[in-house]
Amino acid sequence: MTEPHDILFRTLADPTRRALFERLCREGEKTVGALTAQAGVSQPVVSKHLSLLKQAGLVRDRHEGRQTHYSAQLGALAPLVDWTGQMARFWETRFDDLENLLRRMDQ
Amino acid sequence: MNTETRTVVVEREIAHPPEKLWRALTQPHLIAEWLMRNDFAPVVGHRFTLSGDWGSVECDVLTVEHGKTLTYTWNHAHADPAFDLRSVVSFTLTPTGSGTLLRMEQTGFRPEQKQAFGGARHGWEQHLTNLERVLAGLD
Repeated sequence: MTEPHDILFRTLADPTRRALFERLCREGEKTVGALTAQAGVSQPVVSKHLSLLKQAGLVRDRHEGRQTHYSAQLGALAPLVDWTGQMARFWETRFDDLENLLRRMDQ
Repeated sequence: MNTETRTVVVEREIAHPPEKLWRALTQPHLIAEWLMRNDFAPVVGHRFTLSGDWGSVECDVLTVEHGKTLTYTWNHAHADPAFDLRSVVSFTLTPTGSGTLLRMEQTGFRPEQKQAFGGARHGWEQHLTNLERVLAGLD
């Protein structure tokens, strides 16, 4: 039985792929060339890793002229990321709105 | 039964007195302004629903200590067990010199979680922690 988790785990198990993905998360959309410049491996190897990331739904590609731009798809991680992290961010945002409300209640 | 629980704590110093904060936490029209639409009532045993654009959360009031503590269940049912969450949310208000320390503690578990993480084998916890750190930095 193949769980949706399995493909994500398998895809991110490779350190080079994980590094590419984390970089796209941190720095936003990048071309294959820009990713290759810092990956420490050749462009065909980077392209191969990107295609596997794409199959797993972790990145999306966008063609513009002769360039292909890749960006991270954070939604694909939802099944893996611990709910506590999501909820902490949820409550921080809600508390921002709560403080806004309290300020308005003064008036 | 999987009894593995996790807790998330969010604390904030609020520059308003506990009494006023309590109103924002317990009056439905005020709750709607910062949390979600709801049919809340500050009565132990009262069942209510928090409704957001993305779905709803089923709640049961567990504790009401006026101006100090409010506790309710926070159950988010989802067909995909990875998103299914059974938890308890508690708000604690502590007066400070200039306002109130608001502490939100949410304790719960996802039935699927243990299976998904495979008991933290293969160092996955670490990878996921790193990813969470990356994601947290994006906000």
